[in-house]
Amino acid sequence: MIELKHGRRQWALLSPAVGLITFAAAGPLIIVLIYSVLQKGDYAGVIWNFSADAWFNVFLERDIFDDTVSIADAHLSIFMRSLKLAITATVMAFLVGFPTAYFIATRPARSRNIWLFLITIPFWTNLLIRTFAIMEIIRNEGVINTLLMASGIIEQPIQMLYTDFAITLGLLYVYLPLMVLPLYASIEKIDFRLVEAAYDLYGTRWKVLRRIVLPLVKPGIIAGSILVFIPALGAYVTPRVLGGGKNLMLGNLIEFQFGQGRNWPLGSALSITLLVLVMFALLFYVRNTTRSHAHG
Amino acid sequence: MFRKTLVSLAASLAFGYTATAQAAGELNIYNWGNYTNPALIEKFEKAHDVTVTLSDYDSNDTMLAKIKAGGHGYDIVVPSDYMVSIMIGEGLLMETKPNEMDNFSNMLPNFVDVYFDEGRNYSVPWQWGTTGVTVNTKTYSGDVDTWSVIFDPPEELKGKINVVPEMNDVINAALHYKGFPHCNSDKAQLKEINDMLLSAKEHWLSMEYGNVERFSNEDIHAGVNWNGASMRSRLQNDAIRYGYPKEGISTWADNVVVLADAKNTDNAKLFQNFIMDPENAAMISEFAKYANGISGSLAFLDPEFANAPEVVPPAHYETVFVPPCPQEVNELYTRIWTNLLK
Amino acid sequence: MAELSRAKSFDVRRQPGFTAVAILCFFMLYAPMVALVLYSFNAGQSIGTWEGFSWRWYESAINNREIQQATIRSLQVAGVATLVSTIAATMAALATTRTRPYRGMTFAFALINQPLMVPEIVTAVALLIFFAIIKGATGYTGMGYLLAAHAAFCIPFAYLPIRARLEDMDLTLEQAAADLYATPWQAFRRVTLPRLLPGILAGAMLAFVISLDDVVITLFVAGPGQETLPLYVIGQLRRIVTPEMNAVSTLFLLVSAILVTVFFLLSRRK
Repeated sequence: MIELKHGRRQWALLSPAVGLITFAAAGPLIIVLIYSVLQKGDYAGVIWNFSADAWFNVFLERDIFDDTVSIADAHLSIFMRSLKLAITATVMAFLVGFPTAYFIATRPARSRNIWLFLITIPFWTNLLIRTFAIMEIIRNEGVINTLLMASGIIEQPIQMLYTDFAITLGLLYVYLPLMVLPLYASIEKIDFRLVEAAYDLYGTRWKVLRRIVLPLVKPGIIAGSILVFIPALGAYVTPRVLGGGKNLMLGNLIEFQFGQGRNWPLGSALSITLLVLVMFALLFYVRNTTRSHAHG
Repeated sequence: MFRKTLVSLAASLAFGYTATAQAAGELNIYNWGNYTNPALIEKFEKAHDVTVTLSDYDSNDTMLAKIKAGGHGYDIVVPSDYMVSIMIGEGLLMETKPNEMDNFSNMLPNFVDVYFDEGRNYSVPWQWGTTGVTVNTKTYSGDVDTWSVIFDPPEELKGKINVVPEMNDVINAALHYKGFPHCNSDKAQLKEINDMLLSAKEHWLSMEYGNVERFSNEDIHAGVNWNGASMRSRLQNDAIRYGYPKEGISTWADNVVVLADAKNTDNAKLFQNFIMDPENAAMISEFAKYANGISGSLAFLDPEFANAPEVVPPAHYETVFVPPCPQEVNELYTRIWTNLLK
Repeated sequence: MAELSRAKSFDVRRQPGFTAVAILCFFMLYAPMVALVLYSFNAGQSIGTWEGFSWRWYESAINNREIQQATIRSLQVAGVATLVSTIAATMAALATTRTRPYRGMTFAFALINQPLMVPEIVTAVALLIFFAIIKGATGYTGMGYLLAAHAAFCIPFAYLPIRARLEDMDLTLEQAAADLYATPWQAFRRVTLPRLLPGILAGAMLAFVISLDDVVITLFVAGPGQETLPLYVIGQLRRIVTPEMNAVSTLFLLVSAILVTVFFLLSRRK
């Protein structure tokens, strides 16, 4: 009886969040699932007949020129590129974000807020604008190339813009605060008496970092990585602006199918595929967190 | 203290919504970004006591997706020629009969019987132009009137080319270059197009829409481009030239149409009539640097515009519209395009 | 505070090289912003070449009606979305941490985090179709859809820091409050909330930023007259980009900075 009442109160607390997300985020996804097994309409839209064409086309393709069936090479390379860039950006964000979050968390309480404040400020500018800002820095006539050329280090500008490097840098720049904030929240909670105890037991700095600090901030690492990886994997604006639109990422491919490609079922099927990819990543994370909880 | 702030913040925001009172008449226009002269809208609002709301899109297909889904709330959109015929076919447009409107007599005769709206029962011309090549002549002094600067670029231009990411524009240009027919479903020919595009892409720097600044800054030195955009670049950098490829070029024309489920039909029709007035049509062109289809509008424009090489093609140069291709062809194009961008 | 006094001889918190990386990180975050602000004062037409100091782009941005309206709308949408999502997220965080497992808790947790798992473009398309159906059925085409969509995808961003904070808070103080016959509400109001506030603020900040940033979902959900600043900017992408955009973003940055500062100062007040 008490159990039931308890559950009811929790659900009352949950209802605004759950209701809103069901209505305006999760629920409508069912439509995407349905659309992925419908026949595509002429000039966009769908025809309400069952069809597996879209799913066939995600993974396989009938060669336009000789009708043989093979693995969808174009889609596969776009999937691989998206994964590669998103993982690189996440790892880089961690490598830069962890020391930064640690640095902030170990400041005196008073200045800590100011540092946090400084981390969020660039993040308060619109994403498109920040992407343009990065563009200004790395373009051929941009700040970096101008400085390098003025100091005589290089003679020709280095082509950085419109490369995979530019996309990775853009993703890193744009999503870095999403890594730092949860990391900070975790590091701030560390009981440094544990660290002290480790030093008393003659741990080296590296060992203490690896064996004590990192396991303690694992929830923060996971939260931060999820927050960076997922938007990076489905990124649309950054690859379009900094990648020069020459090489698609998954987000662009999906948008293309709903736009110029006029193939909504294929777009839906690609979206579901992307979703499944993300779920696998999450499952991996969840399994790791539960294991660490069991130890703790 | 903190809670009070939140409450007052919420109150002021809620007030912000109710305070946006509307005038008697309304009109919701959905047009390409940075394509509409604000002065034109103001003039229309004053003349007819209407509050105009302007929203932006970045491609015909973004617009089509939104309109097809329904419940969009727009009255007027500005699709390109082939998109007008698709939208008519899909029953998305209202037959507003511009040909019976007061200012219809101002429409240039060759704009009346267009393939996408014979006799103008739905649409009114907004602006029109061509998709050709833009080249920086300081970088490359050779012949610019050819698609080869894009598809088989000279050494000077390699790695300095931007191609607008419009599937139809690019594939049509490639078909022109190879001398193949439009709306092509010949697999052998498409294979050639596919291979040519793939090897040409090696030499392209980017595939972007916004390129006016990038040409004048010499960030890019050649590209598939629209004439008005090219003219805007030239006005900032003398070295920029717009080339009319001898292999052929496509024309496009954007048109003002009223949606079948528009709520403010009367105001929408007023707007269609309004922009067929030469002075108003001139305001459109003055802003975006593309020609319109209204006779007498040049009288209100800078003479430099009327004679600009981007606006006036060389004598005897023929440009063609490419009508919408059958669905199977579009599918083949899409495959080539996805393959190009992989 | 014991460890602080010991720190003189051997700082257990120090990790070599971390400060350098942190400084580099701040530099990397700020260099593009500085360039952005600098070029907003460029007298020339183009973003690339410096042609002297001028206020002209500010004048043109401030007088641009589309920019005015889009900016106000962006702030309104972000404000409402932040308020709604932060409240919902705080409630949800209280219901999913430090509690006995109950039926459906895991499900609720997964659902709340759902917007993080789904790429924006997918949600955007789903919402386009779904809202169109509702619009057709109810005839309502107002701002509600955009606000609902924004509030929904902001919830997990507000939820994560709040939950992280809650999880790490120990229960003793609340138990003490309960022992002293405080009602659950009093215990929450007097004990939990003050200590949770940094988490809530971090959550609200994230939510605001995420709403302000959104391009893709807004692009598909926004109806006529609901254009936010990002939509205005992406519309510009196609045609021409002038330092006016830099001016707009500098102003936007200024407004945001003032907002954060206000929150920052408020959160330090007792």
